[in-house]
Amino acid sequence: MSHLSSRGLAAAVGGHTIVSGVDLDVPRGSMFALVGRNGSGKSTLVRALVGLRPPAAGSVAIDGVDLRTLTPRQRATRVAYVPQEDGPPEDLLVGEMVAMGRIPHRQPWAVDAKGESPLVMEALELVGMADKVDRPCQHLSGGERRRVLLARGIAQGADLLVLDEPTNHLDVHHQIQLLETLRALGCTVIAAVHDLQLAAAHFDAVAVLHAGAVHAVGRPADVLTPATVHDVFDVPATQLTDPATGRVHLVLGPGAPVPAPRKVPA
Amino acid sequence: MSHNRPGGRRVPVTPLVATLVVLTLVSAVVSLALGSEPLTISGVVDVLQARLAGGRGADPTYDTIVWELRAPRVLMALVVGAGLSIAGACMQTLVRNPLADPYLLGVSSGAGVGATLVIVLGVLSGLGVWALSFGALGGALVATALVFGISMAQGGITPLRLVLTGVVMSAAFSSVSSFLVFYSADPRATQSVLFWLLGSLSGSVWAQVLPSVIAVSLAVAVLMALHSWLDALAAGPEVAASLGVPVAALRITLFVLVSVLVGVLVAVSGGIGFVGLVVPHLARILVGARHRCVLPVAAVGGALFLLWVDVAARVAVRPQEIPLSVVTGLVGAPVFLLLLGRRHYTYSGGEG
Repeated sequence: MSHLSSRGLAAAVGGHTIVSGVDLDVPRGSMFALVGRNGSGKSTLVRALVGLRPPAAGSVAIDGVDLRTLTPRQRATRVAYVPQEDGPPEDLLVGEMVAMGRIPHRQPWAVDAKGESPLVMEALELVGMADKVDRPCQHLSGGERRRVLLARGIAQGADLLVLDEPTNHLDVHHQIQLLETLRALGCTVIAAVHDLQLAAAHFDAVAVLHAGAVHAVGRPADVLTPATVHDVFDVPATQLTDPATGRVHLVLGPGAPVPAPRKVPA
Repeated sequence: MSHNRPGGRRVPVTPLVATLVVLTLVSAVVSLALGSEPLTISGVVDVLQARLAGGRGADPTYDTIVWELRAPRVLMALVVGAGLSIAGACMQTLVRNPLADPYLLGVSSGAGVGATLVIVLGVLSGLGVWALSFGALGGALVATALVFGISMAQGGITPLRLVLTGVVMSAAFSSVSSFLVFYSADPRATQSVLFWLLGSLSGSVWAQVLPSVIAVSLAVAVLMALHSWLDALAAGPEVAASLGVPVAALRITLFVLVSVLVGVLVAVSGGIGFVGLVVPHLARILVGARHRCVLPVAAVGGALFLLWVDVAARVAVRPQEIPLSVVTGLVGAPVFLLLLGRRHYTYSGGEG
């Protein structure tokens, strides 16, 4: 059984349907990327997949259980959502921010249980922020903040992580490191990603959103073809396969009539 | 672990709350001696010992002044200060806006209309000394019910909608109050309304203490029981929802809780400004933003603050009484400005 599946899923914002007819099957332990141009509905679809917004039509199931039949707390122990950006900086220390990931596991009046701080430290070590556990969050750089948000998602302890643009604001070192961290977690990972090259090289499957629907879905080598990249992004592309790793790499351009929409916040 | 982290220094919560409680108790006893008729501390302590043992003070004059006149007022200052501070902390989390105060939902302006109706037109005069309190409470509840109804009808309690609806409704209710005052053309009524709108504890009697204590205790208990959900809500509605918090239900709970709490407090004290705005910020600066730390510190700190504000209101230009908002504004404005400077320092200090 797929870890996460959707059938006929439609997601709307303010009554406007952004994406519809989405049928996805994400196997347990795999890494699944959602790509598409700005405004193609990646973030909207991500919110529907984790149950933050009720679907306008269709359904989402985790391990075959419809999300709508779960209480918010049950849902939060099965799927963790890592947003693009939190609200304004708060007077919270990094450790306190990450400990919020444990909220679904206790009653709202309970204080941090004894076993929580090892989990928090472990999550911070995974993202390379363990030495900053006592820092105020408002003193972090954008990239450090992103890694703290990921640590909060990891501390949530769900085996399905859904991330909205996890590599935004990260330098190339931390982009690769974060994706390898996600891989090492062994969780099922679904991420909205802007960078086609990262999607091609690091994910097991890719869904391309275009014109309010899933334009193509499958293995990166089958989906991120020159034809699809041209149709969707209007950018010429060449697909190369690394003979050593078998990973697919995309070369975008040159001479693209429209620059690739990379690193632009949705 | 030592880091150079300006603005991130924390004061340990338990010793801080213990210190504030001791300071508050000492202040309460001292403040009983202060007023238009200065008394000796030992005389005050004698009366308190006799009264708490079930008897009466040896000196009837002392007994009356301390127990009948000043004690209810001191207790009300403590309860109202604590209540407004936690209401402010809760409101700032509900609308995720540092400028939110307990009166944002139109509570005080609604209460103002009710109080003005009582003072100017003699509505509810059958209720005697309780007329003003019930008029104000009724006005407060009507106003928040309107804000609640309008927000829900337009799609739910979201921060922006609450802030805008609250501000607009407050303006409308203030207009009604102003019209009533203008219409009455009675200078004494005008003065009473103005005095009431600016907040005062001068009419405090023992009978008012219990309902206020119950309202504030219940509010503290409920908010402390929801402390980790409040932390999540402060981080944003999506974060809270993804952490399993029932956001819509939590917002409605907070709205109703704050409305009733502030309605009860406004009914007995009028509109005391600045306490509910400034004290939660001071608490956050001292102990960080987690609600299980902020709420107790804000409650005790607010009680201590309003106690001394009320003392100042009583003794500064005696025998005249100053409205409490005058004192809280004069003290609160510089404190808030200092705090803004400090927060700016905190925000810009990280990148070095």
